[in-house]
Amino acid sequence: MKFPYSEKVLEHFRNPRNVGKIDDADGKATVGSPACGDMVAVYIKVDPKDSRISDVKFESYGCASNIATGSIITELAKGRTLEEAKSITWTQASDALGGLPKIKAHCSVLAVDGLRSAIQNYEEKHGLVKDMTPTTVDVVRRRLGKVMNPLTGLDMVRTNLVKEIEIKDGEVKIVVDLPDNHQFAPNIKEEVIDKIESLWDVKKVVVEFTE
Amino acid sequence: MEKIYLDNAATTPVAREVLDAMMPYFSEKYGNASSIHSFGTEAKEALEDAREKIANKLNANPYEIVFTSGGTESNNLALKGAALSNRKKGNHIITTKIEHGSVLKPCKWLEKLGFDVSYLDVDEYGLVDPENFENSIRDETIMVSVIHGNNEIGTIQDIDEIGKIAREKEIYFHIDACQSFTKTGINVETQNLDMVTINSHKIYGPKGIGALYIREGVKVDPLIHGGGHERKLRAGTENIPGIVGFAKAAEITTPGDVEKMRELRDYLIKRIINEIPNSNLIGHPQKRLCNNANFTFKFIEGESMLMLLDQAGICVSTGSACSSHALKPSHVLLATGIPPEDAHGSLRLSPGKYNTLEEMDYTVVNLKKIVGRLRELSPFK
Repeated sequence: MKFPYSEKVLEHFRNPRNVGKIDDADGKATVGSPACGDMVAVYIKVDPKDSRISDVKFESYGCASNIATGSIITELAKGRTLEEAKSITWTQASDALGGLPKIKAHCSVLAVDGLRSAIQNYEEKHGLVKDMTPTTVDVVRRRLGKVMNPLTGLDMVRTNLVKEIEIKDGEVKIVVDLPDNHQFAPNIKEEVIDKIESLWDVKKVVVEFTE
Repeated sequence: MEKIYLDNAATTPVAREVLDAMMPYFSEKYGNASSIHSFGTEAKEALEDAREKIANKLNANPYEIVFTSGGTESNNLALKGAALSNRKKGNHIITTKIEHGSVLKPCKWLEKLGFDVSYLDVDEYGLVDPENFENSIRDETIMVSVIHGNNEIGTIQDIDEIGKIAREKEIYFHIDACQSFTKTGINVETQNLDMVTINSHKIYGPKGIGALYIREGVKVDPLIHGGGHERKLRAGTENIPGIVGFAKAAEITTPGDVEKMRELRDYLIKRIINEIPNSNLIGHPQKRLCNNANFTFKFIEGESMLMLLDQAGICVSTGSACSSHALKPSHVLLATGIPPEDAHGSLRLSPGKYNTLEEMDYTVVNLKKIVGRLRELSPFK
């Protein structure tokens, strides 16, 4: 095999486990962006009795290591408590796959990030966040720093797509500097709502475009 | 299962006839072409015979062919050699945004030495606008270097037009013809070419051998100093087996080979575009190399496609970031205005003269399955 991948990576790449969507997921997150060449979505079902992940599924747009890491991370997380699952690291995923090439760290760390973000999404939606500081413009901005600008592959804050943030009585309004008929407008809107609406004191998210 | 090699733009197998022609020069006819004795004369004759055959393919004088170690060296010699030799005339070089690294990197290096390089834009098909080229010429311009047939997207430039302008403005015109040599006509006289890079391993010849056509009178400094080989432009004992093989490879190409590759290419393009939704052809639909079919497939990533195809025994290449060490999609694809997320899903299939229509059928069937499977897996739709 010429590729710098272990047999285990290739096996998970060819036959990824736990692929797909969970329609009634308790927590979900999408990380990465098509412009960067990799993107992972993670969906979790959580048993509220013992805070264990009863089901987990993933979708991947990316290279072989991205797909293989998505697969292994779902195997590692299934049946674990949220606390245990949160602490799964890239190194653990890589070890479980028999090692990943260093050059592929960037593509494979995304799945780990996806799992953590899905757990965070669950915790926020279920009032499990211990840190109850009120949402400020800074908090929103930091979150938007995780939404990619598909035109550049960099996040939307750094690329000045965020024109305005307004917070009033639990309603967050975000103005995005793009025409509303732009090909990526629906994707960005969905991702922005996804990132912001789970904040504990946010009741409504409004995304507007400049034209 | 037999493997299907669809990466002939990367390299080709050595043709049987070529290998047979080379063999004696490894063992019995091993002389140094610089030696005066009979062994040397034998090698020298083979060298000059090869030079003539290569020159004929370009309508050049044999004297104007300089053998090198391959396309990369030829491009380096053309760019650096001409730039350094013509410093008195000026410090400006013109090239394009879709060059091979063996032109772009020498340009970057020359910039460090104080040269100024203009990188011409291309349109959505990868074509340079000759008017744009003309407007970028200055008094200090030494040369223009353009890739004739692009290695990634297959687009063939209108070199007649560029050549006319270059000649009129008295600047050197170099083309990188590694992909186009023997596949489309090149005539140094009618096309006003001053330097032409060609190589052997893309045309069923051995690796490690190429040439640079340098028009008589064009000033070029050597990069490799030593003995007086190759008009003192490239020192080092000539690689006679390689040179003989290169000439044989050039000699045996027929219009029939080109026609066959074109037929396979068109068959692939037609079936893939018709049968795989959200697939697009990249590069120019007509002005393209006979062995290049390059597509983007939306919502999926190239390395994954490439690896699953390899599992099925089909060998292709991609311009996706994940296939490179840079983690950036190909500069050529981006220069044509393809958005990064589409560039990540690019796939180049380059059939060769030994491929068959049955192999194309097998490839399309498998590609359809693989694209479908990866799209099912993708959250990006």
